[in-house]
Amino acid sequence: MRTGRAGARWPRWVPPLIVFALVVAAWYAMSYLALAPERRFLLPPPDAVVRVGFFDSGNRAELLDGLLLSAQVALSGLTIAAVTGIVCGVAMAQASWLERSLNPYFVVLQTIPILALVPLFGFWFGFGFFTRVIVCVLISLFPIVANTLFGLRSVDESFHDLFTLQQSGRWSRLWKLQLPAALPHILTGLRISAGLSVIGAVVGDFFFRQGRPGIGTLIDLYRSRLQSEQLFAAVGLASLLGLAVFVVFGFVARRVTSWHTSARDSLP
Amino acid sequence: MAAAEPAEVAAAGSTLSFAGAGKRYDDGTQALCAVDVDVAPGQFVTVVGPSGCGKSTLLRLAAGLTEATEGSVHRAAASVGYVFQDPTLLPWRSVRSNVELFGELRGLSRQERRRRADEAISLVGLADFAHARPRTLSGGMRMRVSLARALTLRPDLLLLDEPFGALDEITRERLNDELLRLFAVRRFAALFVTHSVSEAVFLATRIIVLSDRPGRVLGVFDVPFPYPRPPGLRFSGEFTHLAAQVSACLKGAAA
Ligand SMILES: Nc1ncnc2c1ncn2[C@@H]1O[C@H](COP(=O)(O)OP(=O)(O)OP(=O)(O)O)[C@@H](O)[C@H]1O
Ligand SMILES: [Mg+2]
Repeated sequence: MRTGRAGARWPRWVPPLIVFALVVAAWYAMSYLALAPERRFLLPPPDAVVRVGFFDSGNRAELLDGLLLSAQVALSGLTIAAVTGIVCGVAMAQASWLERSLNPYFVVLQTIPILALVPLFGFWFGFGFFTRVIVCVLISLFPIVANTLFGLRSVDESFHDLFTLQQSGRWSRLWKLQLPAALPHILTGLRISAGLSVIGAVVGDFFFRQGRPGIGTLIDLYRSRLQSEQLFAAVGLASLLGLAVFVVFGFVARRVTSWHTSARDSLP
Repeated sequence: MAAAEPAEVAAAGSTLSFAGAGKRYDDGTQALCAVDVDVAPGQFVTVVGPSGCGKSTLLRLAAGLTEATEGSVHRAAASVGYVFQDPTLLPWRSVRSNVELFGELRGLSRQERRRRADEAISLVGLADFAHARPRTLSGGMRMRVSLARALTLRPDLLLLDEPFGALDEITRERLNDELLRLFAVRRFAALFVTHSVSEAVFLATRIIVLSDRPGRVLGVFDVPFPYPRPPGLRFSGEFTHLAAQVSACLKGAAA
């Protein structure tokens, strides 16, 4: 799997670290060499971002509060999307008339500009936590449904024959064959949706400025006030949240599906 | 599985019987045509035929996985084992758990299915690998797990679809010896599909040669060698003579 001498000698976290160092260096170069001091607010140097964003206790509290709220929104949305998506996927795999009736709408869900509808949701459901969660659910539902359905369908015909020969019913077929076989696909769907749910939480914030501020609200606020250090800190935190969710799901997926070939070779 | 009516059993007296059975698939493909085959209790019947002539279809008919469109198929077996061409092991289950699957689906008690699984696993010589995952096994070992799984329900009819077709000749001959040992112990009736003539002769009490598609029975050969059959039998004059006859019949089939 590993090729080349460097790959064989270095632990796997070293190459990303080198890339990180290069990016930071380029960032400094941009801030100090490319931008004149009066325009430096366009790209404040990393130390300034960390100093203003995280070492100032007032700013830090504000950012972490926002992050916490957004994390709650994203996690609630993801959980609801996961349960709904898996249930829908299973139901659609069980009855082809259900699949025929629902599938177009899941595709539409993917193609309509949900962002354009978000303000409407505000009018319908209010501007609070609940509506933000709805936005997350809508944005992250499709990958879970699609991957669940695909996974359940991917079971080879000869395995079905095996179960048919033992005259096993729908439920044992589902529990002992289809769901375990679909698990790697379902987890892939969850991983994609996890990232989307964080985006959903931030997007929801952009439209709904009432109530407690989420990380997206803060991003918008800092942008309008040209507080670029805080802006960068907030963006960094939002992407760290997405990254954390992604890594956690990757870890779980690898643990749960060690039997699966692609789980070994393609997950990070 | 669905046992035939007692009257029919009495009439046929065999574990499995095809009477003028044919199969036309929905797309119009005629896979089998007017096949008469009988498998008596304790008989080992092998089927050889060119690729695509309907051998797998024959087994699916025998197992009741698909229905005959002409004639009829009668099964008088309380329990049918089926070994597919691929091992079809569930990759998330250990060897033992895979072998337990049928007992689980049939609602046997945990104790009973574990006992049967362990027995079948040691019968195929894999006791040391009971806790291994299928992906860590070799092709031949996976096939033996599949065989063990089919044996757990104590089949009186065992259907095998080119089970050793993907294996090298040495492994295949070893597994053939092993299969005959199991046959001696368990005394099931067997219907075994293969494209290897020497395998067909070595295992069988009777060989059926099928024609090109749509498959019909071209020839039936009774094999006179008594069991147990020593591995050296493959080099005897009688054996090669019979194999040559079967081959000749098969060449006619393919022509
Ligand atoms: N489900 C199906 N629908 C339509 N045609 C089928 C189906 N299954 C098999 N056939 C056709 O029936 C014929 C016999 O197929 P079968 O699988 O029984 O052949 P086989 O003798 O087992 O071949 P092989 O030795 O290559 O395994 C083939 O022409 C195949 O295309
Ligand atoms: Mg076949």
